[in-house]
Amino acid sequence: MYDAPTPGSKLDQTDIKITAKNVQVYYGDTQAIKDVDVDIEDKTVTAFIGPSGCGKSTFLRCLNRMNDTIDVCRVEGDIFIDGEDIYDRNIDPVQLRAKVGMVFQKPNPFPKSIYDNVAYGPRIHGMVRNKAELDEVVETALRGAALWDEVKDRLDTPGTGLSGGQQQRLCIARAVATKPEVLLMDEPCSALDPIATAQVEDLIESLKEQFSVVIVTHSMQQAARISQKTAFFHLGNLVEYDDTNTIFTNPTDSRTESYITGRIG
Amino acid sequence: MATVRKGLAKRKRKEMILQGVGIGAIGFALTVLFILIASLVSTGYQAFTQTHVEIEVFVDPQEISEENLPRGGFRDVLSDSVGQYFPEVDMSDRGDARVLSSILSNGAQFKLRDMVVEDPSLIGQTISLKVPTSDPYDQLNKGLIDRDTPEEFRRLKDPELQNFDRLADLGLISKPLNTGLLSNADSRFPELAGLKGALVGSFWALLTCFLISFPLGIGAAIYLEEFAPKNKLSDFIEVNINNLAAVPSVVFGLLALAVFIGWFGLPRSAPFVGGLTLALMTMPTIIIATRAALKAVPPSIREAALGVGASKSQVVFQHVLPLAMPGILTGTIIGLAQALGETAPLLLIGMNAFITSAAGSPFDSATALPTQIFIWADSPERGFVSRTSAAILVLLAFLITMNAIAIFLRSKFERKW
Ligand SMILES: Nc1ncnc2c1ncn2[C@@H]1O[C@H](COP(=O)(O)OP(=O)(O)OP(=O)(O)O)[C@@H](O)[C@H]1O
Ligand SMILES: [Mg+2]
Repeated sequence: MYDAPTPGSKLDQTDIKITAKNVQVYYGDTQAIKDVDVDIEDKTVTAFIGPSGCGKSTFLRCLNRMNDTIDVCRVEGDIFIDGEDIYDRNIDPVQLRAKVGMVFQKPNPFPKSIYDNVAYGPRIHGMVRNKAELDEVVETALRGAALWDEVKDRLDTPGTGLSGGQQQRLCIARAVATKPEVLLMDEPCSALDPIATAQVEDLIESLKEQFSVVIVTHSMQQAARISQKTAFFHLGNLVEYDDTNTIFTNPTDSRTESYITGRIG
Repeated sequence: MATVRKGLAKRKRKEMILQGVGIGAIGFALTVLFILIASLVSTGYQAFTQTHVEIEVFVDPQEISEENLPRGGFRDVLSDSVGQYFPEVDMSDRGDARVLSSILSNGAQFKLRDMVVEDPSLIGQTISLKVPTSDPYDQLNKGLIDRDTPEEFRRLKDPELQNFDRLADLGLISKPLNTGLLSNADSRFPELAGLKGALVGSFWALLTCFLISFPLGIGAAIYLEEFAPKNKLSDFIEVNINNLAAVPSVVFGLLALAVFIGWFGLPRSAPFVGGLTLALMTMPTIIIATRAALKAVPPSIREAALGVGASKSQVVFQHVLPLAMPGILTGTIIGLAQALGETAPLLLIGMNAFITSAAGSPFDSATALPTQIFIWADSPERGFVSRTSAAILVLLAFLITMNAIAIFLRSKFERKW
């Protein structure tokens, strides 16, 4: 276990966006996440790394309560965003998800036009008053996702007709369009070529000016390139959580070291 | 190696047998279908034409006067009109006159009456009237009465044959397309009987069935699939819906008779009640099809929508339902096609009554296509034999069309995610 920064000190609290305490996740009887405590900072890119099946996605999905949609999934412990318990009975997961956006591992655009894909979130949340504003939101989001130039002439063609990488950037644009405070990204680049990956990484870099980004990745280089904090998961445990530099240069736990140097995975 | 080869031969043989059985089964099914259609066509095609006779009719003002309309001696006028082609026959002899005028369908006088009522200026004029012949002469003209049969076993006696031949030689007999088959309502006389009443009745019944079962079925399916908690109760409901789909239709008929007609006092023989009854049967089909279609929408679409903050009902109505629609429509059309062919429940609620006009509303008495077939199949007149087959062909045509639409929808909206 790592030493969790003691929450409560006034100075930290402004910086910390998400606090997880003693989180356990079960799928039926099997436990997928064990005793995870973590503080995720605001305006920071946090990377989750770890071998396949270790629970990165599962934990990520706890942060916007996507696990609620899985019948067998049960979450215990507390997760706070801005000091609010997101599993509190008074919290509406719908509202939470407007605040905590998500980009999935597999690109999943709606079978609607590119424009409608991006406009969907702002529309349902009533974030715009007229078409002109919506147009602007859509353009900004698509520019942000480095997709604007490629699709500006065919905004009314179906989003499903784009290439895999374009679809993923469309999904990022869709998530960004609702102006979330936290953006969860589950291996957003696994379907992208190096150029698109670089574009998405630039995008993440600029997104962190506004919100905190949590990204699951299998690429050590990517984690090292873009994140300030890195969390290493192994078999459902959060083994180590620290500055990215420290994790990659001077890990405390031998498992982290083995994983980073490619000996477990 | 040798053992492998030996095993391989055996496996191949097994595969061959399996394929053979499959091809055999399909071949058998196709043969049966072919025999069915062929037999229907061979008896039914005759009903698609109808022997007509065209006669000059003098609308005698002594028999028919404007003041008396719609009453008048239309029958006598017609019988005199036939008589003019047989100058040797003494028309004052009632027996001979009846034999002659029996060539005309019983409907001829009504047709003439309607024409005169419509346009009284016809009185006193000579008009040309083209009317169906009565059934035996229609049969004769279509070769269904064998002239070589000894007279005592024949429906038409020798003088009647000669009468018909006289008219035929004068070129007055023709055999045009039988538009009456679709445009007439039922009649006691085969040459006048048509499917209009049944078509209209089936239309009202199906419309009622659709308007009830479609929204209810989809609503139930959406609730069960998307909103209902998965527990013992929902399992129980699911099993029972599947059971409902398997309940014999006659049971629904009995239920409808007891509940809709017995308790609620809805009219007997009404397509509305028929539609309600059919809706009971179609609903499980629609529920099952809708649930399957909803299930087939990939979870990634739901996640995507949830991920941007859509509520559960937004996910369902803005994303899942539109994608499931083709599947739902396909299931609905197939359910309606089943309902169209359903006979037993309609018999029980009295939709096999003898009704000679098309229903103007779903609450008027009517028959439906399958019950009309039932009625005709039960009628003793020779002419109904071919009409029964023709009606079955019409029903099959509707079923095939509906199923074709379903297949078209399915392929047109093939998965596009
Ligand atoms: N819907 C589910 N139902 C049951 N078990 C699940 C479900 N989703 C994940 N699991 C289990 O939870 C564990 C963690 O899965 P998770 O998807 O979080 O891994 P991951 O770290 O994201 O792996 P990857 O890097 O391959 O994406 C796995 O053992 C998996 O089998
Ligand atoms: Mg994963």
